[in-house]
Amino acid sequence: MPRVLLIEDDRAVREGVELALRRQGHDVAAVETGEDGLARLRSFRPDVVVLDLMLPGMTGLEVCRRIRATDQVPILMATARGDDVDVIVGLEAGADDYVVKPVQARVLEARIRAVLRRVVGTTDGSVPRVEVHGDLTVDRAGLTVTHRGEPIPLAPSELRLLLVLSASPGQVFSRQQLLESVWEHSYHGDSRLVDACVKRLRTKMGEPAGQPRYVQTVRGFGYRFQAQ
Amino acid sequence: MKAPPLLRGLRIRLVVAFALVAAVSALTTGALTYREARTGVLQQSQDTVVKQFRDHVNTLALTVRFPLDQESLDTFAGDVARAGRSQSWRVLAAFGPLRSTSTPGDSFRDLTPRMREAVHKRPATVFQRVVRGGHSSLVVGLPVTFAAARDGRVRASGLEVFLIVPQTNEQAYADALVTAVERATVPALVLAVLLALLAARGVLRPVRELRRAARDMARGNLDTRLRVNGSDELADLSRTFNETAAALAESMAELRRMEARARRFAADVSHELRTPLAAMSAVTDVLDEDAAGLDGDTATAVRLISEETVKLARLVDDLMEISRFDAGAASLHLDEVDLGESVRRTLSSRAWQDSVETELPEVPLRGRLDPRRLDVVVANLVGNALRHGARPVRLRLTAEESADGERWAVLEVSDSGSGIPADVLPHVFERFFKADNARVRTEGSGLGLAITAENVHLHGGTVRVANRPGGGAVFTVGLPLWAHRSEEASS
Repeated sequence: MPRVLLIEDDRAVREGVELALRRQGHDVAAVETGEDGLARLRSFRPDVVVLDLMLPGMTGLEVCRRIRATDQVPILMATARGDDVDVIVGLEAGADDYVVKPVQARVLEARIRAVLRRVVGTTDGSVPRVEVHGDLTVDRAGLTVTHRGEPIPLAPSELRLLLVLSASPGQVFSRQQLLESVWEHSYHGDSRLVDACVKRLRTKMGEPAGQPRYVQTVRGFGYRFQAQ
Repeated sequence: MKAPPLLRGLRIRLVVAFALVAAVSALTTGALTYREARTGVLQQSQDTVVKQFRDHVNTLALTVRFPLDQESLDTFAGDVARAGRSQSWRVLAAFGPLRSTSTPGDSFRDLTPRMREAVHKRPATVFQRVVRGGHSSLVVGLPVTFAAARDGRVRASGLEVFLIVPQTNEQAYADALVTAVERATVPALVLAVLLALLAARGVLRPVRELRRAARDMARGNLDTRLRVNGSDELADLSRTFNETAAALAESMAELRRMEARARRFAADVSHELRTPLAAMSAVTDVLDEDAAGLDGDTATAVRLISEETVKLARLVDDLMEISRFDAGAASLHLDEVDLGESVRRTLSSRAWQDSVETELPEVPLRGRLDPRRLDVVVANLVGNALRHGARPVRLRLTAEESADGERWAVLEVSDSGSGIPADVLPHVFERFFKADNARVRTEGSGLGLAITAENVHLHGGTVRVANRPGGGAVFTVGLPLWAHRSEEASS
């Protein structure tokens, strides 16, 4: 039973979402403020955090940053569409995905399931469990990535993105393809998800600015993984 | 008939008028002065000559013994001529058949027979002005008479004296007058033209300023103002122009404020509606699931609430979208996409692939566009055709090159219905416009085509609607494929 931490300040929305998610079989902890959310993170140990960006007091963005400082739990932002800047900043702060309010329960539920699937290993034996690409070691079953022996803490989207790209070194993936395979979004989803995630991934892998070694931009098409 | 454009100009008209006035006044004054002065000069010189001539003849005649012979006649003529030496007198003396000239061999051509006759008949001084070959001379004729002591009658002595004096000085004087008038006319004309140009400049500069300002305003620069110099009629006009411009700018600003308020209000309303809708939307699935277990009326009511909540959420979403377009806050999230693939995905994600006949390019048609907005455009047009038109609905995607070499994608969505009435055609992209006034509720929010148009325009594209000759409406969208070069491609 997935455990969902819901941080939402509006009482009606909080109760509605909590009710809907509980009926879908989730174990839900609903809190009103970012401070409460951070406090419950330790005790509740959620599988996924659903975070409203517009919070009184500590903003959703700040909450997102603080969670990411210590934890790679999947984070799903709830935003109002058009708050474009917030979406970008939220994604760059480490959110894995976002939904636009008002959102129907089944859409939210589908996104939660998709995020959760990202943290499940995918080895069917046809690919080696551990791959080495230059200084980078990717463990597909253990879902860990190390760079020169140092483990890199990756959020679920970053990890899944790296796994998808590195499974076919040299192959170019369009943003739409990545949206479908990593985020399970529709073809016409928000490609900024991909761009923001690539940016975070490069930062965590310590890529030099402007000259990425592993995840490279193919102008006009998308991204590819280059094995060193 | 109109004058050529050059002559219609204010400047040339002023110059011509000023020059005409100057020329006419200078020439008239000159002509009158010349005439009076010339007459006066000639009259005076003539009187002097006649008087001198008569005095000399009178004096000399007393020394002559009658009847004269040729020798004394010669002496007499020479003596008279000598008296007027300084004025180049030429003298002819005649006594009966005898003739003598002061200058030997002088033909005296200027002496007319009529004049001789007049002198012969009457005992009086006769004079005449003769112009020959551009030179004028005065001819004076004088018969010498004896005054009778007894009966008071005057008798001719038979001696007749004629004088010819060239009037060179007088001629020179008159010529000088003409030259003076000519010389005065040229500077007067030049001065007149200069004054005209100056006056034209004084008038034309404000007029030109006014024209420039009016054009500027027509281009939408409502803060255009004129500099007001002086207090003449043109300054008044400039001042009026400034006041008009200020009033116009003020009303435009007021209109904009009102419009902005109205738009702000729409945006605020949508925003406020969103929070309660978020709560309602979250539980519609719960209502749908449990409606089956409720009794008839309650189940119907619950389903109604659920369905309408979904529609309301879509409407608010569309309103928010429109508000963003109005506020200029809509932004493109560009990516390079295969348009054919994008269209296929749009249709399949809505399970329309079997309802629409598609004609897509065989080679991938790539462009730098916003995939989400492209999806909205295609979905709205196809959805509109499926709802309001009749099947089959056709979708055709082609590539085109414009005159300036730009590559465009052309998307045509047509249906086979009865088409759109001509009076409705211009309004189909308006917000909440419904073709039939009955306001029949449909699936759409009434904003779909307006949002479509906004999305297309945001891409720098075009959208138009027409009725096909064979029936049915056709919507045609043109999208520039590479209008937005990748400015962020290196990210």
